This record gives sequence, C-alpha cells and structure tokens, in this order.
Amino acid sequence: MKKIKLVLESGDSYIGESIGHDIDNVHSLGELVFNTSMTGYQEILSDPSYCDQMVVMTYPLIGNYGVNKDDFESLTPALKGLVVRECPMEGSNWRNEYSLRELLKRFKIPGIAGLDTRELTKKIRSRGVMKAVLVPENYPDNNIASMFSHPMARDQIQRVSTKGPIHFPGSGKRIVLMDFGYKKNILRSLMIRNCDVVVVPFNATLEQIQSFRPDGVLLSNGPGDPKDVPEVLPVIKELQKLYPMFSICMGHQLFALANGANTEKLKFGHRGGNHPVKDLSLGKVFMSSQNHGYAVTTESVNNSDLEISQINLNDSTIEGLKHKTLPAFSVQYHPEACPGPEDTGWLFDNFLALIRN
Amino acid sequence: MPVHPHLKKVLVIGSGPIVIGQAAEFDYSGTQAVKSLIEEGLEVVLVNSNPATIMTDKETAHKVYIEPLTTEFLLKILHKERPDGIVPTLGGQTALNLAVKLEEAGHLKRLGVELLGCKVDTIQKAEDRKLFKNLMQEIGEPVPESTIVSTLEESLEFAKKIGFPLIVRPAYTLGGTGGGIARTEEELITITTSGLASSPIEQCLIERSIAGFKEIEYEVIRDRNDNCIIVCNMENIDPVGVHTGDSIVVAPSQTLSDKEYQLLRSSALKIIRSLKIEGGCNVQYALDPHSFQYYVIEVNPRVSRSSALASKATGYPIAKIAAKIAVGKTLDEIINPVTKKTYACFEPALDYVVSKIPRWPFDKFITANRRLGTQMKATGEVMALGRTIEESLLKAVRSLEVGLFHLEMPEWKGKSVSDLMSKIAQQDDERIFVIAEALRAGVSAKEIHDLTKIDYFFLSKIQNIIAMEKRLETDKSPEIIREAKRMGFSDRFLAKTWQMTENEIYQLRKNHNILPVFKMVDTCAGEFESSTPYYYSTYEKEDEVLESNKKKVVVLGSGPIRIGQGIEFDYATVHAIEAIRSMGHEAIIINNNPETVSTDFNISDRLYFEPLTLEDVFNVVEREKPIGVIVQFGGQTAINLAEPLAERGVKILGTSTDDIDRAEDRRRFEELLRELEIAQPLGCTVTSIDEAVEKSAHLGFPVIVRPSYVLGGRAMEIVYNKHELLDYMKRAVQINPEHPVLIDRYMIGREMEVDAICDGETVFIPGIMEHIEKAGVHSGDSIAVYPPQSVSQDILDKLSETTLSITRALNIKGLINLQFVIYKGEVFVLEVNPRASRTVPFLSKVTGIAMAKIATKAILGESLLKQGLFHGTLPPKDTVAVKAPVFSFAKLSEVEIALGPEMKSTGEVMGKDKIFEKALHKAFVAAGVTIPDSGTILATINDLEKEEAIKLFKRFHQVGFDFVATEGTAKALKSAGIPVKTIARIGQAENDIIKEIKSGRVSLIVNTISKGKNVESDGFKMRRVAVERGLLCLTSLDTTEALLRTIERNTYSMDALS
Repeated sequence: MKKIKLVLESGDSYIGESIGHDIDNVHSLGELVFNTSMTGYQEILSDPSYCDQMVVMTYPLIGNYGVNKDDFESLTPALKGLVVRECPMEGSNWRNEYSLRELLKRFKIPGIAGLDTRELTKKIRSRGVMKAVLVPENYPDNNIASMFSHPMARDQIQRVSTKGPIHFPGSGKRIVLMDFGYKKNILRSLMIRNCDVVVVPFNATLEQIQSFRPDGVLLSNGPGDPKDVPEVLPVIKELQKLYPMFSICMGHQLFALANGANTEKLKFGHRGGNHPVKDLSLGKVFMSSQNHGYAVTTESVNNSDLEISQINLNDSTIEGLKHKTLPAFSVQYHPEACPGPEDTGWLFDNFLALIRN
Repeated sequence: MPVHPHLKKVLVIGSGPIVIGQAAEFDYSGTQAVKSLIEEGLEVVLVNSNPATIMTDKETAHKVYIEPLTTEFLLKILHKERPDGIVPTLGGQTALNLAVKLEEAGHLKRLGVELLGCKVDTIQKAEDRKLFKNLMQEIGEPVPESTIVSTLEESLEFAKKIGFPLIVRPAYTLGGTGGGIARTEEELITITTSGLASSPIEQCLIERSIAGFKEIEYEVIRDRNDNCIIVCNMENIDPVGVHTGDSIVVAPSQTLSDKEYQLLRSSALKIIRSLKIEGGCNVQYALDPHSFQYYVIEVNPRVSRSSALASKATGYPIAKIAAKIAVGKTLDEIINPVTKKTYACFEPALDYVVSKIPRWPFDKFITANRRLGTQMKATGEVMALGRTIEESLLKAVRSLEVGLFHLEMPEWKGKSVSDLMSKIAQQDDERIFVIAEALRAGVSAKEIHDLTKIDYFFLSKIQNIIAMEKRLETDKSPEIIREAKRMGFSDRFLAKTWQMTENEIYQLRKNHNILPVFKMVDTCAGEFESSTPYYYSTYEKEDEVLESNKKKVVVLGSGPIRIGQGIEFDYATVHAIEAIRSMGHEAIIINNNPETVSTDFNISDRLYFEPLTLEDVFNVVEREKPIGVIVQFGGQTAINLAEPLAERGVKILGTSTDDIDRAEDRRRFEELLRELEIAQPLGCTVTSIDEAVEKSAHLGFPVIVRPSYVLGGRAMEIVYNKHELLDYMKRAVQINPEHPVLIDRYMIGREMEVDAICDGETVFIPGIMEHIEKAGVHSGDSIAVYPPQSVSQDILDKLSETTLSITRALNIKGLINLQFVIYKGEVFVLEVNPRASRTVPFLSKVTGIAMAKIATKAILGESLLKQGLFHGTLPPKDTVAVKAPVFSFAKLSEVEIALGPEMKSTGEVMGKDKIFEKALHKAFVAAGVTIPDSGTILATINDLEKEEAIKLFKRFHQVGFDFVATEGTAKALKSAGIPVKTIARIGQAENDIIKEIKSGRVSLIVNTISKGKNVESDGFKMRRVAVERGLLCLTSLDTTEALLRTIERNTYSMDALS
C-alpha cells in the first residue's frame, strides 16, 4: 500500500492510501470541496464543472459498483483529486467494467483514501473551500507553502469547452448548446426529446450561433467563476432577444450577469443530490442535484430585468430566475440529474414548450 | 399549509401486543407521533392494548385508553370521545385493519370522523393484491406475473401456466403469515392451504418467484401539496426470498449505481403520488442484478418496522413528520428537528454505514424450523453504525447478544466444506456466519454467490474480515491493532487470537492510544451544523461529543427484543432516563435496538448507538466520565455487564454488584434465605444421572430440572417420576461435573409476584400480583391479576413481610422482583431478580406508581420518604387489571405451544375493569382470543388432571358446550354424565382428531400435556394444527377456568325445566 499526503491551505495534513495516479515526483493542487451524494461518483468525477477541484466524498464507501461505459458525463475527467474514506479494489455491478482505482489511474487523477472525511468536510464547512494539494508522503512541507501562494487558474471554462461546433442530429427542434463544460446528460435530455443539438464553444460569436438557425439556446454548466468569461455576456444578452433560452448552473450565473445581476462565491457551495428547491409559482419543493460554488445574489436581482422563480429551501439562495419580458429562464441546479434526483426533468419540457409558443 | 382547521381532537390507534412482525417500532413511532400532534395544538386520544409501552403512559396523550383493539371497543371510545379524526397509519397493520373495518361498517361517516394520512381506498389499493396490481399496471410500474386465488385449484392452474418456483402471499396478514416459496406442486398445495387459512379474506397472491434479485427498500414521505422525499433507501444483503424483516439490511444501498438508485427512487415517488398518501410509506423492490429490470414487491401505506429503522439510520424522525403531515402540514414548513436550521423537506445524506441484523427466537424454540423465507420469524433486531461495512457488520454481530463477538460461530469451526455448503443452502438464521466459515475454509466467493445470490460486494467485505484475521495470526503490531479496530474487530476477538485477556488488549490499545472517537448522526453528512445528541463509535480522527460539565448518568438499555426480554425493559429504561433528567443531571443511554423509544435521540441527553458489551460500553464511559452506570433497567443484558464494568473501576449505581451476585448465585441466595429463615422449595445440584435419581427421590416428585449453565428457563422441565427424569437426562442435558444439573422440588401451587422499590432503607411495595396459572408455567406466560383475587390477607401480609426482609437484606437500591409459590398455605420463594422486571410497566400503570422513575431517583440519592412514599405495601386500588400473554406461534412452524417453565410469549396485553371477570374478558379479547359462548370443545386431558378438568367441563356444559374427546377423557366425561363423542387418536380411524379440528366443528381445544413418546408427538401435531387454523388451544386448566369464568359471566345458563 502506497501512502500519500493531503495538505490543506489551512496547514492541516493527512496521510492516506494512494488509490489513483502515482504522484511520486509531481503534485496535484486544487480547490478542496465536498460532495454529499451517496451514489454517482462516476458522474461526479467526469463532470467538467469540477475542473481544478479536488472532491471529498462525504459518503465513506466510494467505488462500490465500479465504473461502467455509460455513466460518464464527459470524456475526460477534469478534477484534480479524489478524497474518500474507502475505495474497494473491485466494483460489483452488472455494468461494472473496471474499478474506480483503475479509472483514476487511466485519467491520471491522484486519489487518497483512509482519512477522516467527515472531519475534512466539517473543516471545509467552517473555513470555507480552500486550496489543497496531494503530494508524496515525504514531500517537504516548506515546498508546499509556496504552492499555495500562487493564485488559482481562471481559465477552466476555456480548457473544458469544445474547440469547435459538434452536431448531434435529431428530428425535432434545433437547440444550440453553449458549452461552458456541459454534462453529457444535458445533451441526452435534449436528445430524448428529439432535439437536434449543436454544441458550440463557450466563446462562439452571435453570428456563428445564428448561422445554426437555432429554435432555442441552452447555456450549460461549467467550472470556475462566472466572472472569468466576461466576453460571453454581450452574446447572451443578444441571444436571449432572439431565441428562447434555458440556462443551467454556470449558464444560470452568466444569464444573471448578462442581465445586470451579480454573483458571489459561497463559503462552501452546494454539492450533492439532496438540495430542496422551492418553485415560487407552483408552491412545490423538488429535490435537486447541485454542484456550484458561486450564486446569484438576491439583492442584485432587484435592479435587473430578472425575477426570482425558485429558491433553495435551506439557505434561501437563488435557485431559479426568469426574464421579466423575454422567454428566458434559468436554474442553478442540474435538472438533467446524473447524478441525483430526476425531479426537475420537466424543465426541459418547459423549455421546449417555450420554443413552441 | 397549516393544520386542517376543523381538527381539534384526534384519535391515535396503537398496534397492540408485540408479536413477530409487529414489535416495539410502533411504540417508538406512536409515541413520537402523539408528541408531534400535541405540538400542533391538537387534543390527542390514544388507544392501545399493550401496557408495556411508553405511548400508553397517561402523560403521553391527553387521554389514554388501554383497551382491546377491536371495533367493538373502539366504537365505545369513538362515541365517548367524539374525535374529529383518526390517525390509522402509526399502529401497524393492526391499526390500518381496524380503520378499514370502522369505515366499511359506516361508523366513521356516521360519527363524522375523518381518516387522516391515508384514506380507505388507499389502504385497499396498497393492501389488496388485485387492486394493487391494477394500480401498478395503470401507472406503468412493473409487478411480477401473478394471480389472486381464493381456492387451491386456481393456484394449481396458475402453476401450470407459469411454472415453478412461485411465491404465495396471503392478503392482509402480518409479516406474510402463512406464505412461502413453492418449488413443487406438493409445496404449493401445502402453502396455499395455510395461506388461505391465515388470510382474513381467504385470498392469496401467487406470483412468479423473483428470488435472487436484489431486495431494495425506499422510505418515502409525501404531503398534501404533493411534495415528496425519500428518507432513506436500504439494501438487503439477503436477496429476495428472505422476508425483509428476517434479512440482514444495510443503509444506504451499496451496490446500486446512481442510475439504479434514481430509477427506483423515481418509481417510489410515482407510487406514493398515485396512492395519494399523506405521510410515510415504504416501497419494496426486487432489482435484477443483471439488468435495469425491477419489480415492485410491496407497498406499506404507513409507518413500519422499516421506517423506524430508517429513522434511526438517518436521524430523520419519520413518524414525527408523518403525523404532522397527516393533520395538514407540509414538508416545506416543518423545521428539520435535527439541524433546527433547515426544513424537513430534504433527503438525508449519510456518512456512515448502517447494518441491521434480526434477532431470532430459535435459542428458545429449539425445535422450530429455522429456514428463512417469506414468513418473518425474528422477534427483534439490532442496528449498528460504522464507517465501513466491516465495522458496522461486526458491531451489529456483537450487539445481537448471542454469545458471539465476531463473524464466527464456534460450532461451525472445522466442519467439512460439504457440511458448510449444505448448511448455507438451508438459508437459515446462521447463514452469514457459515458463509464466513466457508470462505475461511477456502470456498470461493463465486461458489457462495452461486448458492446464495448474495452480491459479491458483501462477500468481499467478509473476505476482508477474514484476510485481517489471517494477518492478525502473525502480526501483533500497534499498526495492525489500529487497522483491525478500524474494521470493527472486538477486543475479545483479538484477545482470543493472541491468547491474551480482553483487559490486556484494552491496556495495549490504551498504551498506543488506539481509542475510538464518537461521530454524530446529523442527517446531512456534516454539511450543516447540528447538535443532534446521537453518536456512534468509530476509529477515526475527530471526536464530536460536545463537552458538558453537568453530572452525567449512563443508563444501559436492553438490546434487541427477544423472548424473555421485551419492550417492558425499554419502558423502564425510558423512565429511568426521564427521572435522571428531571433531577437536573444528564442522562446518557447506550442501546442498539432501532425499534425502541429509548433510541429516539430526543429522549436522552445523549444517545450512543452501540453494542452492549463490556468493550463498547466502557468506551462510552471513558469518554463521558459519568458519576456511574445504571444497569438494573436493561434486563439481564445490562445486569450481566455490572460485574465486568465494576472490575474496570466503573461505579455501578443502585444495588451493588456483590448484592446482585447474592441474589443471582444459587448457593449464596440459599444461604441468605436460611439466615432470614425464609422458605424456598428444596433443591440440589447434581453432577451425574445416578445422583439425580437419588436426590430427586429424596426431594420427592414432581421436580423441576434444568441445566445450570443456561439461564432463563431454557431446557427447563417438570418431571413427575423417575422414568421421566431419566428420559430428560438423556434427551435434554449433558450432565457431568462441569455441567451440573439443578433439581428443585416442584410445588404445585398459586404463584405470586411482587415488585418492590428500595432506597437501601425504606422498602415500598406498589402491588402484589397473582398468577392464574400454577407455578410451573413461566411467569411471563402466565396471566397476572392485580390485585390478587383468591389469596387471603394473611398470605398477602406474609408476602409483603418476606419481600421487605429480602429486599433489605440484599441492600437493594432500586427495583427488585420476587416470585413466590403458595403451597399448602405456606409461602415459598421461587426467584428473586435484583432489577426491573417484566411487570414494571403493568404494575406502574395499574397502581399509578411510576416505579422505574421512583427507583431511579432512589438510586441517585432521593430517599423514598422524601418522594412521599413509605415503608410497606400500598393498599390495592379499587380496580382489577389482568395482564395476559400473547404468543406468535402461528409464525413459527414446528414450535411446541403448550405452556411450561420456558417462556414462549412475545408480548402482553392488559384488560382493566371494575370486576375481575370483565377485566379478564378484556384481556382475552385484547390478546386476540375469540371467546366462544357456546360450541364444541375438543378435550384431551392427562390422567393427573382429569378430575379437575371434569369439574370445569361440567360448568362448560351448563352454559352450552358439548364435547368431543379422546378415549380416556371421553370415558371420564361420560361417567360424569356429560354427553361426549369419542374421537380417535391421530391415524387410528378415518375421522381422527386432526380431521375433527380441520372440519371446523370445534370451537375450543383443551389439551393438557401427557408424557410419553407417542402421545407427546400426537399432542404436538394436534396443537400445531390448531394454531395454524387459528383455533384457541388451551394447555393449562387454570387458563381454561379463567376463560370459563368470563364465559359464565357473559352468557346465560341453559337449564331445561325440571
């Protein structure tokens, strides 16, 4: 059993078993966040929104059902490390093709197991998200301090977004999916509704998008700070006037920024599959799958063209917005699920209804 | 939305006595729900027949009725109280069935009472197989191919179409009573016949067997605004084929990918929405281990055993929330009682693994068929939490209290692989232990999987445990100790492996600072700050116990419910906790039973969900540093820990360990009684058969014999002569100097029971109880009457006096229970228990003396005098209360039902009224006895009791009964001038006794046990047929007389003119 070390910006360090990519001479640095989902680690690992992050899974047993070929949310996992209490050598499930340990090795993701992940979670909860680094067990401490002094990169979206348009033909409405790091299930959710989907890079111009003659535009999820891509805001502003628009997660934050609202970083974000979202017009609560570190601030919406349609029942943060006059709406969470509850899949139907009207 | 404005007063129906399939979980959920309703400003009326419950404390609800749970009695309460609504979803199947009956008879409509939480058509859709299947088809949820049958022929026809194996499930029964898996036509005939008989509507569902699929459960809550959440899902380690109540279960599911998890989650939400349940619901699935194909097995539109487990597993109080929803509140306006910051509308996230293992009664019922199937057989269960499967499973194993401290059973060590594999194939309660043994013997996981269909995931965890055992054989380093402890290995196991003592291992651990920490159960995996006082131990880094400077007292619970140690002990435990808190101290409870009130984290200042072993209890004590530990409320479980804890320097509060020993050690106790000049039946200890024969002759037959090395009435028998004694010695015990046998003179007399409280000085006796059945029937199986009806004041005075002197002599601090027999006008002491007894709740309720609370205060230094009590006996109340035992024989095939010195009942009921016969009548009705007021009695009486029996039969005849009887009994009846039809013994004529019972012509059986191979097995068969037919079979003439008295009281005398 090989040991490695997880060191936090706060100075705490933990020794554990290496379960992933070997990091003998290198290190892996990322923003340490936690996720409370009890299932869906394969989807989480491959969700591009985790780019440059290191994920602590609060559920202690991760890897139980192995890895299968279907449940990837992107081709290449972008996260920097996985922190778990225990990871089995083999998975057990009829779809299992190889183990989680194998996945980490294949994609060169370091992973650490055997530590008190609950303690770590509580640390993140009380201190907020912070940088952390995975290093070999005997890595000198003074080298680590200097690693933390560098600011985090701000180009995550650019790195995970498609480099050129990709067409997924369908017989129904044509949707342009602006890719800030989209999860495959957004695409699947559109395609099972017969949509014809064109995925475009995050920095596609208005003209490029128009050239695909979309019936609607969907702004995807993605990693990092929405303020890192100011160049897309004018495009969004124009697009919403031309086409019905639906935005998810990062897309939602960009939609808010484009309409004059503001975003801020949350202390430790929302990551998990059990977040209650209340729809203000329906008066009903839905369980949602979430993964975000930033949120739209409530006051900023007052002076914008937007109104709040949904809130988080726990902390009252904004979960949904809609444009006061245009056929455009957004949600902070993941109606495409994967992982997480499928309670809000109907939002895709609403989007298509909006297009039809 | 607020509470429905038209609701002011609601009636909550409890679940009645504890039986297999319906246990303490309903006291937990009922108590929680009643409190929850009161919080909403409602006036709550409660009815339940089970006195051993917290819910029937008069403080729990505004009005509490301990009455039989029948429409007849409920109707009286409805008229008297005129509630606006009934909550039928908290009292198990019993309450649900009652609600349906009341509605169908038009009573609810007539009285303007609304059913809350679940309408009748919902209950029917969920419970009636046909309606359920239709609904599932309507909403597109798959159910296995099935048919509903009302006759045997229909089932055979279906089998022709579908083939075998098939599952038979009787409609409207507890825990699948009478059902099973049929692999052949012959089996199908047997199972369908018993299934139809046990279904109140004579209906069975026959379906394609999906045995071997993964069995997954979802606990769902819905409110009237259609908000739905999943509280928890659970995965059975035992695949479909073993009743979920008999399965080892883990939470959350372990082998489901998110796709599968969400597939079933979405299905569960769809189902609860289509049923329009307002409250909790449980959906059980069978999931194909090789595809996304799944089937809905069952839906329970109410809180259940699983929901209690889910509540304890997650910290989410399902019953509390379900009750609020039933009266109109919605999930998004109810505050999450755990975080107190968020709302109840969310889905708990766990950061630990929960394991549940059932506790079966096979240690008591050694003849029972142990094979597990669709009929639940467990009486209770344990739950354990850990950070890994291995840890939680091993903790659960040692919580079981079956003498095991690891996943291994000594009796299977060294057995051949073929023996092990055939045992595994039997699919019984010991399967997991034998699987471990087979893996140790080198059998591959694949072979085990092929035989059992248990998922490789779980088998690999057992392999991990075994791999660690191997490493421990050669490595004793601190590192490996830490690793083994992190896997949940017990000190006892390490001690055994390394041939050290448990204490030495503990010292070793302590020297290397290998000590557990305690983690909080908070419903949210640490995402939100919470202060739930609910902890489990694990070997991790951070300890989360909040420091406190208050005086702390630890109370040990009683562990899983088993025969002989039931809910009564949880009742006393909860009272002790309440008393400690009322004195301003902190009460800390350690227990491992997820069904109970004591493990509701709102009850105590801190709940530690831990095995009740020296190691695990001591961990908590070391962490909390209480002023002491109270052991006398947790039954024998807790008492047994007193001495080892004291040896580690833990202060035992209450009666000292030495005095406990003086009461429990036979020799020391005899000595004490001699000193006090108190009589007890003569007895002796023998170590050879010859000695047994000689000493018995000296004592005089009949004698009670039992092995000294098992306690609690196991293998105890009454023998009437030398022949029977020799037979017993050969059959039942192994006798030698290491295993002596105890022989006591058996005095046939009236048995009396006394509970007393003492502060070391003053002895207070709240009441004396008289047992209907003569000594020889275990006190737990006897009908007990308060106050005594047939005993003179002189005797009562003598009982009080003896109690006072023994209690003082034993320096009791707290509770004591004494059992006596009155023989030829003299009082003899049978047994003394220096702890809370089974009768504490019953006696507390009828006398109004909160015995466990008073005892706790006395233990903590508040004298009885200061508490307003006195030295002596409380004069009896102007009421009569009868406690009657309830049995679960119908669930356990091949179990002897005749009463004897071994306890067999699983629960109890109480009947209370102004006069004895009425109280007795209520108790019988509450116990589920259908009292015939005329009809045919089938009698077969042993020679010793014929004379006494004939006297009773004369009286029966007088009020309108006739008789069929076996030859000897018939002769006796005839010569007494009572008309009787003689019936042949089994197999001795075309129309034998079995046929007679099956004919339906018999309304009551009176059968006293005869000794001797053939008659014994004949009697056994007859009694089993009676039980399986739901026919009342009395094996004690005392019970028979009691029944007769109620019949005489309620019926007319039939005299022709003369």
